Amino acid sequence: MTTTKIQSASTVSPAPTGTGSRGTKVLGGFALVFLVIAVVYGLFISPPDAQLGNTIRIIYMHVPTVMAAYLAFIITAVSSGMYLWKRTEFWDLLGSSAAEIGVLFFAVTIVDGALWGKVTWGVFWRWEPRLTTSAVLLIMYIGYLAVRAIPADPRTRATRCAIIGIVAIVNVPIVHKAVDWWRGLHQGKTVLGTIDPEMGGTQLFAMYSSLIAGLLVCVWLLIHRFRAGFLAERASDLGLDQALEERRLESSPATGEDA
Amino acid sequence: MSQSGGVLSDAVLVARKDLLLERRAKIGIGQVLPFAILVLLLFAFALDPDRGILKLATPGLFWVTVLFSAVLTLQRSFALEAEDGILEALRLSGMSPAGIYLGKVTALTIELLLLEAVLVLGVAVLYDTKFLGIPLLFAIALLATLGIAGAGAVYGALAARLRSRETLLPLLLLPLLAPVLIAATRGCEVSLEREAMSGWSWAALLGIFALVYLTLGSFLFRPLLEDA
Amino acid sequence: MSAIVHLRSAVALIGRFPALAGVNLDVHAGEILLLRGPNGAGKTTLLGVCAGLIGLSTGEAVVLGEDLTTNRRAVRRRVGLLGHDSFLYQDLSVVENLDFWSRAAAATVADGRAALDRLGVASRLFELPVHSLSAGQRRRVSFAAMICRRPELWLLDEPHAGLDSAGRDLVDGLMSEAATSGATVLFASHELDRAEHVAHRSVTISGGVILDETPPSTETRADS
Repeated sequence: MTTTKIQSASTVSPAPTGTGSRGTKVLGGFALVFLVIAVVYGLFISPPDAQLGNTIRIIYMHVPTVMAAYLAFIITAVSSGMYLWKRTEFWDLLGSSAAEIGVLFFAVTIVDGALWGKVTWGVFWRWEPRLTTSAVLLIMYIGYLAVRAIPADPRTRATRCAIIGIVAIVNVPIVHKAVDWWRGLHQGKTVLGTIDPEMGGTQLFAMYSSLIAGLLVCVWLLIHRFRAGFLAERASDLGLDQALEERRLESSPATGEDA
Repeated sequence: MSQSGGVLSDAVLVARKDLLLERRAKIGIGQVLPFAILVLLLFAFALDPDRGILKLATPGLFWVTVLFSAVLTLQRSFALEAEDGILEALRLSGMSPAGIYLGKVTALTIELLLLEAVLVLGVAVLYDTKFLGIPLLFAIALLATLGIAGAGAVYGALAARLRSRETLLPLLLLPLLAPVLIAATRGCEVSLEREAMSGWSWAALLGIFALVYLTLGSFLFRPLLEDA
Repeated sequence: MSAIVHLRSAVALIGRFPALAGVNLDVHAGEILLLRGPNGAGKTTLLGVCAGLIGLSTGEAVVLGEDLTTNRRAVRRRVGLLGHDSFLYQDLSVVENLDFWSRAAAATVADGRAALDRLGVASRLFELPVHSLSAGQRRRVSFAAMICRRPELWLLDEPHAGLDSAGRDLVDGLMSEAATSGATVLFASHELDRAEHVAHRSVTISGGVILDETPPSTETRADS
């Protein structure tokens, strides 16, 4: 017999008191170590680039944030598809948590991209293809979060978000292509958001350690956000048994009140 | 259980109903179209016509106007379905969600194409634009409009039952349509002979966009109708 | 004889509010069952569940032999729901609405006309837009749009509301006729004098549960 997908509050195992666990502590530790390595190598040990000079140090930050953002959006898309298929709370929470993290990293990407632009071109914004694409995608996912924030029945909200998650990811390559062609006639090869194959030893090391640090931080935040979301859902569920009880009491004549 | 006449006949039924509604209520022709022409005038006030800026920017201004008008048309088209329990009635009717979706898209495409036709005349008169490369222009208008309607119907339906739908729909839809704006604008510039690049590659990009969203919408409309 | 509607411990949430808090109900073929209860008791939600529009979060629901916990869509074609909303496009005329909804439900345009006739909608109203009709006239058109589908299960939410006494007599007649010809009627009403007259049986719902529960009878478990 197919019965419920909603977990009743009484079956929830003892409530955790936080979002941390041994796993996340170890993960967080690794993230911290790689962050330190990335800072030390990226800012101090590695030499300035032959062409980019010291601005390459911004790229050590830029590439990991953009990669982490895309990773998060891919997780959102996969979770959205899985939600529409499986209809479980897990995929809904994973998708929405990843979308939040993605927006965060994308915002950072755009800020450090603009800083790089200020140093390199003397202006914060040029219609550089990668930055432009990022700006469009950022607003697209802000729309996702806006819908997420609208109070609704959990299944309704999850369905809306899943649909946006899928539509948005499909648009990513299309925006890329359109923006590339759009700027293609006016500008040469883009520098931001690519790893130069001619990077030297310590530069490459700084690049990869910051990349690992960025992805670890992303996953670490994602796990915590997911758990916070899960706890919030459990908190809302807590009232359910009681609400059912109260609802049934409405009918007993003892209360005597109008419904 | 056999469904009534299948996706196609459901689509025809819904599209005819929507066009009939437009004929009865005349919101498109009486409100959206005057708004679109007003926007064309406002652009002329903002960008001095004597210095040629207006002429240079014509394709872009045209498509921005179309996008804004599309948002209004979509709001109207899906507000109708959200009133008076119509959504429940549609779910009860047993029509296929893909059919309903394709019907809405068809009606929207026809309405927007008519709007564009009038706007083109407006642009020709107000901005003194000369049109070359007519086949390309037609292809771009058709494919871009299909894409706008295809993606717009998904988000229009999603936003229809939300209290904040007026503000939410443009926020969701316009970033999604950014590639359509780019491709349609550039494609038109080619057909007005301002760009060297082949306009047909822009048309192809628009075609891919339309195809992707029509496919996606056909699949997503069932959960959209059921649960969103 | 099999149960057309079979609900056991049915819980339905509207948002996080338990509108149905464990409903047990059997409605038999050919029966006219009156659903009584105060405002907010869960009548409308119960009708929505039977129509396959609202899902259960726990419990069993079998309507017209379809298990609603696994598939809510199959049953929709076979029920007719008359709700609080008109289910009509306000800007379309009476016949345009009927043509659309009858064809949407795989009935014919002629079925729609016949239904309008049956409900006593005067032909001078046919070309008028629905928004210009009076509440009672609109109710009749909604009713016509429902019966042109030839539903096996009628789900009526306040069918008498907004109608004059001739209209109410008409509705009562339609319900009895439907039951005689093999359909089943489940309706909610506050007009108890009239409703109890036409109903074969009545149950009271309050606080999301049926108060006078039908004892889980043995003879009705033939299907499911």
